[in-house]
Amino acid sequence: MDRFIFLTVDGLTRGVIFASFGLALVLIFRGTRLVNFAQGAMAAGTLYLAYSVTQETGSYWAGLAAAVVGGLILGALIERVLMRHIDPSAHLNAVIAALGLVLVIQAVLGIIYGNDFRAMKLPFSRNPYSIGDQPLLSPYDIFVFCVVLAIMIGLAVMFTHTDIGLKMRAAAFAPDISRLLGVNVGRMLTLSWALAAAVGGLAALLIVPTEFGANPHSTDLVFVYAFTAAVIGGLDSPIGTVIGGVIVGLVLSYVSGYSDKDVSAIVILAILIGVLLLRPNGLFASAAARKV
Amino acid sequence: MSEHMSRLARPVAALAAAALVGSLAACSGSDDKSANVPGVTDTTITVGTHQPLTGPAAAGYASISPATKAYFDYVNDNGGVYGRKITYKVEDDGYNPANTQTVVRKLVLQDKVFAILNGLGTPTHTGVLDFLKTNKVPDLFVASGSRNWNQPEKYPTTFGFQSDYTTETKVQATYVKQNLPNAKVCFLGQDDDFGTDALAGWKAILGDDAIIEAETYVTSNTNIAPAIGKFKAAGCDVVGLATIPGFTALAVGTAARLKYAPQFISTSVGADYPTVAGALGDAAPLLEGMLGTNYLPTIDDTDNPWIKQFKEINDKYNGGAPFTGNVVYGMSVGYLFVQALIENGKDLTRESIVETIKKGDLTGPGLMPSRYSEDDHTGYGGAQMAKVSGGKQLYFGPVYTTTDAKDSKVEEYTDDPTVPEKDTIPTK
Amino acid sequence: MQFFRTHTLARHAALAVIALVALVLLTYALPSFRNFQLATVGAYLCATAGLTVLIGQTGQLSLGHGALMATGAYSFALMANQLGENGSTGFLLVIVPLLVAIVVAAIVGGLIGLAGARLAGPYLAGLTLALIIAIPTITTTWDGTLGGDQGLSVYVEPAPASLGASFPLEQWQAWIACAAAVLVMFLLANLVHSRFGRAMRAVRDDEVAARLCGIAVGRTKVVAFIVSAATAGLGGGILAMQTQSVSPGAYSLSFSLFLVMGVVVGGVGHLAGAVWGSLLLVALPDLTSSLLDHVDFSASAASKLDGNLALLIFGLVLIFVIVTAPRGLQGLVDVIRGKVRRTPGGQALATVPSTTTAHPQSTESSDV
Repeated sequence: MDRFIFLTVDGLTRGVIFASFGLALVLIFRGTRLVNFAQGAMAAGTLYLAYSVTQETGSYWAGLAAAVVGGLILGALIERVLMRHIDPSAHLNAVIAALGLVLVIQAVLGIIYGNDFRAMKLPFSRNPYSIGDQPLLSPYDIFVFCVVLAIMIGLAVMFTHTDIGLKMRAAAFAPDISRLLGVNVGRMLTLSWALAAAVGGLAALLIVPTEFGANPHSTDLVFVYAFTAAVIGGLDSPIGTVIGGVIVGLVLSYVSGYSDKDVSAIVILAILIGVLLLRPNGLFASAAARKV
Repeated sequence: MSEHMSRLARPVAALAAAALVGSLAACSGSDDKSANVPGVTDTTITVGTHQPLTGPAAAGYASISPATKAYFDYVNDNGGVYGRKITYKVEDDGYNPANTQTVVRKLVLQDKVFAILNGLGTPTHTGVLDFLKTNKVPDLFVASGSRNWNQPEKYPTTFGFQSDYTTETKVQATYVKQNLPNAKVCFLGQDDDFGTDALAGWKAILGDDAIIEAETYVTSNTNIAPAIGKFKAAGCDVVGLATIPGFTALAVGTAARLKYAPQFISTSVGADYPTVAGALGDAAPLLEGMLGTNYLPTIDDTDNPWIKQFKEINDKYNGGAPFTGNVVYGMSVGYLFVQALIENGKDLTRESIVETIKKGDLTGPGLMPSRYSEDDHTGYGGAQMAKVSGGKQLYFGPVYTTTDAKDSKVEEYTDDPTVPEKDTIPTK
Repeated sequence: MQFFRTHTLARHAALAVIALVALVLLTYALPSFRNFQLATVGAYLCATAGLTVLIGQTGQLSLGHGALMATGAYSFALMANQLGENGSTGFLLVIVPLLVAIVVAAIVGGLIGLAGARLAGPYLAGLTLALIIAIPTITTTWDGTLGGDQGLSVYVEPAPASLGASFPLEQWQAWIACAAAVLVMFLLANLVHSRFGRAMRAVRDDEVAARLCGIAVGRTKVVAFIVSAATAGLGGGILAMQTQSVSPGAYSLSFSLFLVMGVVVGGVGHLAGAVWGSLLLVALPDLTSSLLDHVDFSASAASKLDGNLALLIFGLVLIFVIVTAPRGLQGLVDVIRGKVRRTPGGQALATVPSTTTAHPQSTESSDV
């Protein structure tokens, strides 16, 4: 039983991080119908920024702030400088541009920092509090849950209760009408990219220090799992993505915890096939599923 | 005509263009016909290697080949070997076996290297054994402790370098048997030959049933908490690790998180203190007390003449790169190769270098002599225990020699350690 | 000439024969390593040609074609090793494993295609991505057969004795690879030209309209997937043969992405583009590394630049091509030859598919 609790907590912590990274994908997908394959590499970029700032100042929080601000700028920059200029008649071109961006970002990071893993600071201990003999949550786990919750509530409030959030939604769902109504659709897109990069960077900053540390490739698998989460939940659906993230995190934890061989990737594939066969647009596809 | 070119005509045109590009490229490569031995002239020896310089596996290992190159540069500045300067062509394979195939063919077929030296990695290097054999290329001092390199019948030109993984863990298990006789032992290994061979060593000494839990990990999944949780539940006092440095750090860090403090014992692959400490960052003190094995001098033994002299060369010829176990490793490979060249004498051929190594006179900086002989191509044949204490990793206890065979004895080696020449350049 | 204008099949056959003869002659001019690279181009071309038809003609984006190549490669390895153990020799040892590679990959492709036929662009991409990620786990789970992370070495014979004792293996394998690639190009060119080709494009452009015209939409998508899987399997088999090994590391996610990028840089939907793409995949890393050889860097700088520089250049080339010539290199070639407007058959091919209809950027320019 205690093993089950341990695996559950472990899986949940990783799952909510996948979820928030997945939200970054959803943010861009809703605006552009583009799966941003560069999300992982962009997060690696902000990760190194956080690393450098923390190295310089000695403060984790300065690094975290740098990652968020850097993410906003990086996202906006990529949208303005590159993505906007891709021939929009061919959707695949934007995907390829994103893949090209992955190569460029990872190569630049590799040239600057080399390929060694850079250990990163944690703000709180990962030693869990115990109830009786049962180790449960660590302070860092609690910190992760708080940050993720803040991201989710922040995004939800923004999209339902603020003027700018409503405009972003309008621009995403009905660009032509929004434009007629005076919404600057282009600016809303830039904002989506900026927000997505900041959220993705933050999620990476939560998970990478618990693994090997910063490396040009340290976010590759985070991207893959988050993408899987978003596909399971429905790329259109923030709630679906959160649930998808938790599912992926729990499955990875249970499977590697209980099976002798690590077959988690196969199980993830099986779940994905199963979900997509039953619900081709993900578990929580919006009712007005658009033709894609 | 052009408007009638079908969609197949265009590919043909493209192919023709490709052919042109190809033949141009072919012409630009100069064929060196002056020497009969590939890669050897009166003034140069060209050797090549494949190393992971990029990609996830590059961490740590990327510093090996620059160290080897630095040692060669040092030798070259001191006149080279019999007047020949050594050129070291390093190709990046990103630890991807498909890339290894390509770059090794490039080195052998196009760059015409004399030998492949210290190609790194079990999965990567295994794939090129047949190619190197077919082309009769000396395949020297492979950077991996797999037992694959020791197949003199099948691969007569391939030689290992490191003590193999089984040898290392046999030494570790002997230590545990003698000093922690009642300890419960668990084991975490990589899911390939590395893990399998290492586990075999533990079992050879302690018995097949002595390992209570043996878990494996794949490098693509960084969550090893479930495995460590099993060890804790089983109540193991000793955890043997056959892990790469990142996973050593993960294992130690995860155990601390679970409030579990076993005695970790790592093979040389994952025990290099600066590398693992770097991966742990602020949590590096967790490594205090960790045991490991190795077969080369340790950087923390600052009085060791090998370490002193390698450090000097590192400062002068390697741009003062961080002085880690990997740098010592890279320079040791360089030294051993130069030693082989000098032993060989001025008349150098691919056949003669293989014969020279088989004579078994090479020592290199190892703690024990190499095992090279007619029917043994393994490299170093032993290990010594080392312990992390006060942020330093120092050897203790006897040097042991043994082989990977299950029933071969683990014996103390009592000869004096080798000492480098004053200028760190081997003499005949 | 009139005969070739009206008889597409004969024209394609003649061109295929010319191409093959030219390539075989070329192998005599090339040194061994270039022949090895040529064989690699051939292997890649089998896969990229099938992929460009899949993406360009049916609009299905597969990020997992590396997995299908891996299927072919492992099938080839297991079959060749089995035959080798049983003492088979000669051409049998090449042809049977290649056929097995094609068939097994086609079956796996059929299964994915069945699921994929129901899925829209990004969801199919997600499914194929998960497939690629699962490969290392699949090989370690069944490591008794598949050899785990280390993979398998492949039993390969030297070139046939009838060619002479010292005939280079690389050249012999280049012949096989080129023959396979030319065959694939020939078959695909005819397929694209056929009734089925029109069905694929109809499905891509508007599924509803296609259905109204009596086209079995699902079946068309699945068959297209099977075809491209079969060619990928052939490519994987050839790769296994010429490198004498197969391992999961060789078919990583980035390899699959490289295939897609090769297709797109060449010009998606163009068979000729697939040639450019596969050439680029082989040539670019080689060019950057020889560039580095000629510049003297300090050891540590060189170790950071080596490899990374190739990736950087590859990335920049990709972005540059996409921004300036979104229809790929072949699109550029066509523009230069000024013929893009006039070829009625080529028009459909040249159209890059849109995997989506709702694209807010499409009317962007007026607004900014």
